[in-house]
Amino acid sequence: MITRRTAIAAGLAAPLVATGRAGAQAPTRAETLLLVQEYGPNSLDMQGIGASQPVNGVALNCYDRLLRFKPVPIPSGGGNQVSMTELEGELAESWQVAPDGMSCTFKLRDATFHSGRPVTAKDVKWSLDRAVSIGGFATTQMAAGSLEKPEQFVVVDDKTLRIDFLRRDKMTMPNLAVTIPFVIDSELAVKNGGGDPWAKDWLKNNVAGSGAYKVESWKPGVETIYVRNDAWTQGPLPKLRRIIARDIASPSTRRALMEKGDADISYGLPPKDFKDLIDAGRVKVVGVPIPNGVWGLYLNTKTGPFTDVRLRQAVAWAVPYEKILQASLFGRGVDMSGGPETPTVAWPQPFPYRVDPQKAKELVAAAAPGGFTTTLLFDAGNATVAEPMSVLIKEALAPLGITVEIQKVPGSNFRGEIAKKTNPMVLNRFAGWLDFPDYYLFWTMHGNNSIFNIASYQNPELDKLVDAARFTDDKAAYDRDVVRFVSLVERELPMVPIAQPTHDVAMQKTIGGYQFQPCREPDFRYLTKG
Amino acid sequence: MLRILVDRLLTTLPALAGVVVVCFLLTRVLPGDTAAYFAGPAATPQAIEQIRKELGLDRPVPEQFGRYVTELARGDLGQSLTTGQPVLADLKSRLPASAELTLFGLVLALVVALPLGILAAVKQGSLADHLCRIVATAGVSLPVFFTGLLLVYLFYFVLGWSPAPLGRLDSFASAPPTLTGFYLLDSLAAGEVETFRSALAQIALPGLTLAIFALAPIARITRASMLAVLGADFVRTARAAGLSGRKVVITYAFRNAVLPVVTTLGMVFSFLLGANVLVEKVFAWPGVGSYAVEALIASDYAPVQGFVLAMAILYIVLNLLIDLAYGLIDPRVGSAAA
Repeated sequence: MITRRTAIAAGLAAPLVATGRAGAQAPTRAETLLLVQEYGPNSLDMQGIGASQPVNGVALNCYDRLLRFKPVPIPSGGGNQVSMTELEGELAESWQVAPDGMSCTFKLRDATFHSGRPVTAKDVKWSLDRAVSIGGFATTQMAAGSLEKPEQFVVVDDKTLRIDFLRRDKMTMPNLAVTIPFVIDSELAVKNGGGDPWAKDWLKNNVAGSGAYKVESWKPGVETIYVRNDAWTQGPLPKLRRIIARDIASPSTRRALMEKGDADISYGLPPKDFKDLIDAGRVKVVGVPIPNGVWGLYLNTKTGPFTDVRLRQAVAWAVPYEKILQASLFGRGVDMSGGPETPTVAWPQPFPYRVDPQKAKELVAAAAPGGFTTTLLFDAGNATVAEPMSVLIKEALAPLGITVEIQKVPGSNFRGEIAKKTNPMVLNRFAGWLDFPDYYLFWTMHGNNSIFNIASYQNPELDKLVDAARFTDDKAAYDRDVVRFVSLVERELPMVPIAQPTHDVAMQKTIGGYQFQPCREPDFRYLTKG
Repeated sequence: MLRILVDRLLTTLPALAGVVVVCFLLTRVLPGDTAAYFAGPAATPQAIEQIRKELGLDRPVPEQFGRYVTELARGDLGQSLTTGQPVLADLKSRLPASAELTLFGLVLALVVALPLGILAAVKQGSLADHLCRIVATAGVSLPVFFTGLLLVYLFYFVLGWSPAPLGRLDSFASAPPTLTGFYLLDSLAAGEVETFRSALAQIALPGLTLAIFALAPIARITRASMLAVLGADFVRTARAAGLSGRKVVITYAFRNAVLPVVTTLGMVFSFLLGANVLVEKVFAWPGVGSYAVEALIASDYAPVQGFVLAMAILYIVLNLLIDLAYGLIDPRVGSAAA
């Protein structure tokens, strides 16, 4: 019997005879992946303002960057994750950091855009200029790696680009591999931009990249169809020729589709469904503890009862870590209690607290003898996990005389609420793309008071340690600073870490080549089927 | 007739204006910060401020309203931030999906509920009457998302009779050329039997879910109104004159009993549009209901306003049609209105 696959194999074996014919055929079901997800992209331009989480997937698969993270095996198996510190060239053929460590020169590969135009240093500069100037998330993310001004990007010649560093920042190079600094066909974009120098409207609805996939059709809120770019040479040619990504809002429906074998791969199911799928054994579930991600209970250090550090510590001695891990995350996470007295150079890591009602009671008796009433806030969008979590916390705090009122607010409200920084207790999950402890604390506990410093924690001593760690080249000094600032927050507890959640993906057993990316969107380029 | 139509349309204008104002104000009063939401994770206060400015949300409310009305007059309903598309385009592509599903469910409900209601009234206290009562009670007491999930579990997951609940078409089929936006009609018009079959298979379960919900009020009101008419003098006269039972029930009684049913139908249709929201979620149906809810959660004003406006217009048209239908069914109503 001649199947589609043997036909291709024959084509590969006798290129003169059969490749042309094989290439011309329409992709079959065996070469088509059906992905089901909660919601799809709201734009095709990840640099644009208001781009939603799934737009990262478009940037990842349809555009190229100068660099990409090197895949390394997931310790528990099932595929690959990435190494933050080992980078590979994507559009860059080679790169060289200057001896003074203050610039880096990139040599470009001979790559072409989907339009057929060659990728030049001018396009790279235009795209990076755009990322640092367009505002919103893109600009914030670029700045996180000290990429702030267009003057930093210098075209040396058609195939050579130099990036001048503002300061030595170990996050500059990894930040070139995240989904924001992707390279756009600048001539095509400007031509269609209708006077807008950054072609915002046009790029929102059109892909002008050089990536491994093109968008064949995009119906917002319904489906996105990708087709392989057969001319892609920035890596091994992807195996899948066509990807259909359907937006299916109901997780129960997504689970049913997976169990029946009608969908190939599903992201974002509730932890309970993942656990059930693993137990049933019909589909494969690959889990990666989200790097630099943790569920934390933020306790306001500026207003309300928790300005007293003893009460924050009392909470840390009372949170039922193990129960939460089982009842709200269904075991899909890593416990953050019972850690060593002296922290290690890692984040997140277990704090040295565990459930000890006696200690908690003593601390409350000393700081607030009569007990008190307070509120606990969480994002309704996370309710599947956060609701049982907050109920368990409420139950655990009641015997201490702390009465907790649970408040569940929808996503758009939640942002407004945490920006106010007046809520005494907030349950939130924050995950940083760049996996460095100082990066996490920079967002959540640093004196710059970003929106994610929910506890409104201000401590010049911590700021000094975090800043020093961020900009040092000295490994020993870095390790020392990390241990110091982690010890500090273990004592001070602006946030009680509860569990590091697992990022799970369910797929049919025939699907291989799973690649976890920090942006947590599917990378079709490595996936295989059959 | 034409004059009634024009008169009726004119009286709806103040209602529409009211909808525009109230809906605009309501969306602004809602707590929630659009700019903060769309600034995404890790946004700085400056980034949020910049987005607020770009969306025009930093201006005073009267100015925002003025701009909204001006754009509305030009037929521009604004941009959705959740889908990134103009609201008008979104509604155009999604409204037919919701309408097709709702009408399908309604027709399905009618086909079952009318005979059931008539039978229950004619044979009071019989098995059919009890069945009618049970169906009606079950229909109103089961929440639609539950019925939906139950049907998916039974017919798709366990029995495998129904195709995957993936929306309006199988993922490997393509949509028929747009004529009405109703896939069932469009595929037939284009002569694509395969597409018709796929669309019918996809709509069957969500349609059934809605039908179960709609059955109850239609069956109950048919029964009640038939009972009233069957007890009337003219029915007794007809029977005494020796007309066949069939002729008495269908031609005389039912024709007279149908007015309250039509009124209920209008109400049921509007309930169904509401119930749609949950059914659309379960069956991944790309309709307006799920679209509006998602926009509401994100404090995305433009689609919410567009949705409410579209619904208001739909109800007005629906009520108008029902009024006109009254005149056709019972000529006395038409002459009284004129």
